Amino acid sequence: MFNNSSALLKFLFGRFTLDQLPLHEPILVATFIMVATGGVAVFGAITYFRLWGYLWREWFTSIDHKRIGVMYMVLGVVMLLRGFADALMMRTQQAIAFGGSQGFLPAHHYDQVFTAHGVIMIFFVAMPFITGLINFVVPLQIGARDVSFPFLNNFSFWMTVGGAVIVMISLFVGEFARTGWLAYPPLSEYAYSPDVGVDYYIWGLQVAGLGTLLSGVNLVCTIVKLRAPGMTMMKMPIFTWTALCTNILIVAAFPILTVVLALLTLDRYIGTDFFTNDFGGNAMMYVNLIWIWGHPEVYILILPAFGVFSEVTSTFCGKRLFGYTSMVYATVVITILSYLVWLHHFFTMGSGASVNSFFGITTMIISIPTGAKMFNWLFTMYKGRIRFELPMMWTVAFMLTFVIGGMTGVLLAVPPADFVLHNSLFLVAHFHNVIIGGVLFGMFAGINYWFPKAFGFRLDPFWGKLSFWFWVVGFYLAFMPLYVLGLMGVTRRLRVFDIPSLQIWFVIAGIGALLIALGIACFLIQIGVSILKREELRDATGDPWNGRTLEWSTSSPPPAYNFAFTPVVHDNDAWWDMKQRGHDRPLTGFKPINMPANTGTGIILAGFCVAFAIGMIWYVWWLAVLSFIAALATAIGHTFNYKRDLDYPADEIARAETERSRLLEAQA
Amino acid sequence: MTTSTLAAPRYTAETRYTVETDDPVQPRGTVEAPAFYVLDEHAHGEGYSTMLGFWLYLMSDCLLFSGLFATYGVLGGNYAAGPSPRDLFDLPLVALNTTMLLLSSITYGFAMLAVQKDNIAWTQLWLAITAFFGLCFIGIELYEFSDFIREGATPQRSAFLSSFFTLVGTHGLHVTAGLIWMATLMAQVWRHGLIEANRRRLMCLSMFWHFLDVVWIGVFTFVYLMGTLR
Repeated sequence: MFNNSSALLKFLFGRFTLDQLPLHEPILVATFIMVATGGVAVFGAITYFRLWGYLWREWFTSIDHKRIGVMYMVLGVVMLLRGFADALMMRTQQAIAFGGSQGFLPAHHYDQVFTAHGVIMIFFVAMPFITGLINFVVPLQIGARDVSFPFLNNFSFWMTVGGAVIVMISLFVGEFARTGWLAYPPLSEYAYSPDVGVDYYIWGLQVAGLGTLLSGVNLVCTIVKLRAPGMTMMKMPIFTWTALCTNILIVAAFPILTVVLALLTLDRYIGTDFFTNDFGGNAMMYVNLIWIWGHPEVYILILPAFGVFSEVTSTFCGKRLFGYTSMVYATVVITILSYLVWLHHFFTMGSGASVNSFFGITTMIISIPTGAKMFNWLFTMYKGRIRFELPMMWTVAFMLTFVIGGMTGVLLAVPPADFVLHNSLFLVAHFHNVIIGGVLFGMFAGINYWFPKAFGFRLDPFWGKLSFWFWVVGFYLAFMPLYVLGLMGVTRRLRVFDIPSLQIWFVIAGIGALLIALGIACFLIQIGVSILKREELRDATGDPWNGRTLEWSTSSPPPAYNFAFTPVVHDNDAWWDMKQRGHDRPLTGFKPINMPANTGTGIILAGFCVAFAIGMIWYVWWLAVLSFIAALATAIGHTFNYKRDLDYPADEIARAETERSRLLEAQA
Repeated sequence: MTTSTLAAPRYTAETRYTVETDDPVQPRGTVEAPAFYVLDEHAHGEGYSTMLGFWLYLMSDCLLFSGLFATYGVLGGNYAAGPSPRDLFDLPLVALNTTMLLLSSITYGFAMLAVQKDNIAWTQLWLAITAFFGLCFIGIELYEFSDFIREGATPQRSAFLSSFFTLVGTHGLHVTAGLIWMATLMAQVWRHGLIEANRRRLMCLSMFWHFLDVVWIGVFTFVYLMGTLR
């Protein structure tokens, strides 16, 4: 069958050869050694403390929405470190590559770094953060016991991890795409990028995208079907509203990403002509399609952050949220408008004045509901008794920062201005302004706000404040200079510069990035310190902030079944209402609760999907075929298992609730 | 004294009592508290959200097809000096193909009627007939594709052919997946009978199968009929 050994090797390993390992790149070798050492240490520690069984039983196979939510957050933090390492490298490169210096990153490497930075930050940092937060909070907020499809939830999570794993493998085996984070053709076509980079990109996103889509379906169902009695749509907490809108956007946007990446795959693998330069292909078709997904995507990220700020503002001002109804309508209007603006990402395509005007105007209109939200938060704060705890600090920082980002966004929405600023560092500054100042600040507010709910103790405020100030100051130092540079006409993704007067701005931006690095370090220390000081920071009430929504009515961490008795909702701020009107927590009459059982199918299935992707990326066809069949067989096999639930016994619930009563009394 | 009484929902055991309130929004005094917990709860049961979830999935699948239709709409006229729909499409063959798929939809409907009547044998028989028509559809489609490729009208020939093969092929892949699913369900009905879970699954596949029919109407109209008119 194989006439010589090279044919056999080609069959076994596809286009993988040993020189695909980046042994000639010292930066990568050093990174690999660091990651490997760290990885071995973590593996060793887990093995030494015999935690594998615990992790597998209690976390990896868990279908509990709270644990899955926490695992999403962990994934987000881990990938933040990788994505931020890329950012530091870029800032350093741009700060030193002046006056004939080539900096320290060769072009081949630099192009991978900026691509990986964008892909990782959006897909594997921001997305896990928002999905994790929604997963953890929404079922608690609507008084449900879990999501609609708990197994699917576990599977979605592991598919997201699978995508992240694929992207991480590309760091050490082969290379990543050198195309920018959206991989525009014709550059991403086989003719110009024949290496594995774009294939890593495609398959990483396809695997993660499938997980995101399924989790979107799941969460929409959860919010529509599983709300506690009495919680009408207009009594849902704002975070749940934003989660609903975000997940509707996910269901409505991600199929387009799947399609456009599949078409690019066909172009690359079998030579079709969708986006090629010849045979009738049209590269702008790709750009249109990917932004029809891509624009809603940014609202997918920001809406839950808006939800977090709404919850935080009303909780820490001790007031009902100002303008609840207008907040809901603003969210829905943003959801709809987010589909009518995609073309503003390429006004320069040349679609003519009328098309550009239409999309320019729809883009500007989005600032109206967003502005309404801003005023609602301000009016909630007005005459409130504001407590400047960490979540509130992040919220105030967001309001100041996001307004700047929003205004530069409206500026970019003016087509003639966009012709000047398109593809410049002004744009880069704008979207970092809204994504860091909006999404990331929101996630930090959310993490500080809900951490005590998840673990039963607060996060340490000292290190949290340190992290806050490093982040906020670092952000302004890192990105305000980019606005200036963009207005001067510096385009994005440049590796070396000729004009010495620009250097100072890049140096300032680099210092800003270093401050943000300290901010991240302080955040990690904050978590470590909080774990060490957990007895001191312990909260036995389950309601450390004097909260208003249902998640604060149960214990911290909540039991697997969330609520021993499903709450009945009479008011927007259901828990506040219960506290005000004196609810009696029932102490007897517990009934067994039907809960889904843990399963390892999700992680196994996602593992096969990753193997399939690796086979496709490296042209190892036998691996692709075998793992595809294995995935199919596993999925079908899973459907033959009809007994997927168990009854949580009433006496265990009674025991847990008695313990909670004891703690509550001790606190009082 | 305000006594704003909220009507307690009918599904709760009513417990009313008066309490002191210190809510700044409400005047100090006593208000009546309604029931805050469902004391006698009945679980939703497995599959409570399945139909909605499956509808949502179908709508996302619909968007997937809409992306492919849009691509065909934009690129479908780019023949690159290669064959055009008029040169290629064999309408009688497509009519036969369409008939197969439409018939399979009717027979799936008969299978669901048999499910309603709790008749396992007829359910299985109609499912088998549906699968047969589905296989015929796939067979004819593969024959059509191979014919095109033999004539040199390959997916690589032009953007029109790329988008044609992708749109029609994606539909074909969906039908194939539906066939695998149908075989699985037949095995499950054989093993466990028409239990609640299996009925729900048959209902989902039914929605999927009819959905593919609707998509095919779109393909037939916009690709084949309008293509030959072009």
